Amino acid sequence: MKDEYDVIVVGGGPAGSMAAKFAAEGGASVLMLEKDRDIGMPVRCGEAVGADGLARFLEPNDKWIASKINSFRLVSPSGLIVDIEGLSDGGYVLDRRIFDYELALMAGNAGASIMTKAYVYDLIKDGDSIKGVKLKYLNEKVEFRSKIIIAADGVESRVGRWAGIKTTIKIKDMESAIQISVGNVDCKSNRLDFYLGSEVAPGGYLWVFPKGENYANIGLGVAGNHNKSKSARKYLDDFMEKNYPEASILTTVVGGVPCAHTLPKIAADNIMIAGDAAHMVNPVSGGGIVSGMQGGRLAGTRAAEAVRAGDYSYKFLTKYEKDWHKLLGKSYERMYKIKSAVSKLTDDDLNRTAEIISSLPQSKRTLGRVFKTALLKHPKLLFDVVRAFASV
Amino acid sequence: MIIVEENKCDFCGTCVAVCPVDAIELFEAQIDILHDRCIDCDLCVWICPIEVLHTVENEATLA
Repeated sequence: MKDEYDVIVVGGGPAGSMAAKFAAEGGASVLMLEKDRDIGMPVRCGEAVGADGLARFLEPNDKWIASKINSFRLVSPSGLIVDIEGLSDGGYVLDRRIFDYELALMAGNAGASIMTKAYVYDLIKDGDSIKGVKLKYLNEKVEFRSKIIIAADGVESRVGRWAGIKTTIKIKDMESAIQISVGNVDCKSNRLDFYLGSEVAPGGYLWVFPKGENYANIGLGVAGNHNKSKSARKYLDDFMEKNYPEASILTTVVGGVPCAHTLPKIAADNIMIAGDAAHMVNPVSGGGIVSGMQGGRLAGTRAAEAVRAGDYSYKFLTKYEKDWHKLLGKSYERMYKIKSAVSKLTDDDLNRTAEIISSLPQSKRTLGRVFKTALLKHPKLLFDVVRAFASV
Repeated sequence: MIIVEENKCDFCGTCVAVCPVDAIELFEAQIDILHDRCIDCDLCVWICPIEVLHTVENEATLA
């Protein structure tokens, strides 16, 4: 194995794999480092994704699609059920363990080297200039030098901080989340269920995402400023006790979802930040799989261009920031405003909106119709919210 | 000071992400609070989804 690469990608999630793939395809020598033993594990994710977004990267494949989605169910705080069926552009609940492998294989097949159990603990610097990474690998301290580092090291990102970029997430913008994968539950395998309200998940929502017959991911996110008085775990325990007391729990994962603005600065000399680490998450839905892949693609592409030009300065890399802003960053600014407005809706507001929508006959309850009806109550707002989810 | 119940921790890094002074280090199944950096703001205690971080008077309180 070499000790010097054009590009080092820290993190082997969707953003990292796409960064590695596109950098390698652009002609750069690439090393991707994953701290865990296995790419894709543990799965800290609800696993739902829009079909359109994914299709830009790879053909759908049943080996990583756990279920195909064409409907939503919204449950209001009072328990009123609103079903929305026949979504024109549906989605999937993924099996992220297999999916993330697939993405890493794409990077590997493009020529990127990959190491797992490789924990990056610092940067190599010459003065202020970044020259590579220091890592622990199989209990040994190792160093790899590179011209560019792409930090796709997740919500707990520290690589950016070492480079002097502030990546800290404000507590009000962090969703404290927990999810269990459960069997023996009554769920519909083509439908995503969302529960709203201050008793279920204040400042967030609870999801039931089917992974098969009687098998689902059930989780919730609570806005950080609400988690103080009652933790995400307690909200989930209460929900399960009330709704699925017989469920068998196969696994529990916890984590934070950065429902914030994209970081204002996602590049500097010799470094770019992508994915959750850069807060590339739809602030309304909390969805970040395709966002991260898009961010990784842009970063990897620009890294390869930098290698070809021999220019690794911020001045050259800043095009990545502009490209991201144009592709998704700008629309996420708007989503963030919507999120702020939604967080002010009371349970009564949500109940009234649900009543209006449910007064429509089922056959006419298409997404478009629901939008129009919701407009009566909350002009523009709900429209954008539902659209945000439809494009996770 | 802030302490972590390591045997309950899921090592998800949510606390690391909200720490304003970079005082939490996480490596595989090991998490350390750097007490010389920590400013006792308690944000990590609030955000933890499963309540494994706690504020204590001193380390002996845990035992």
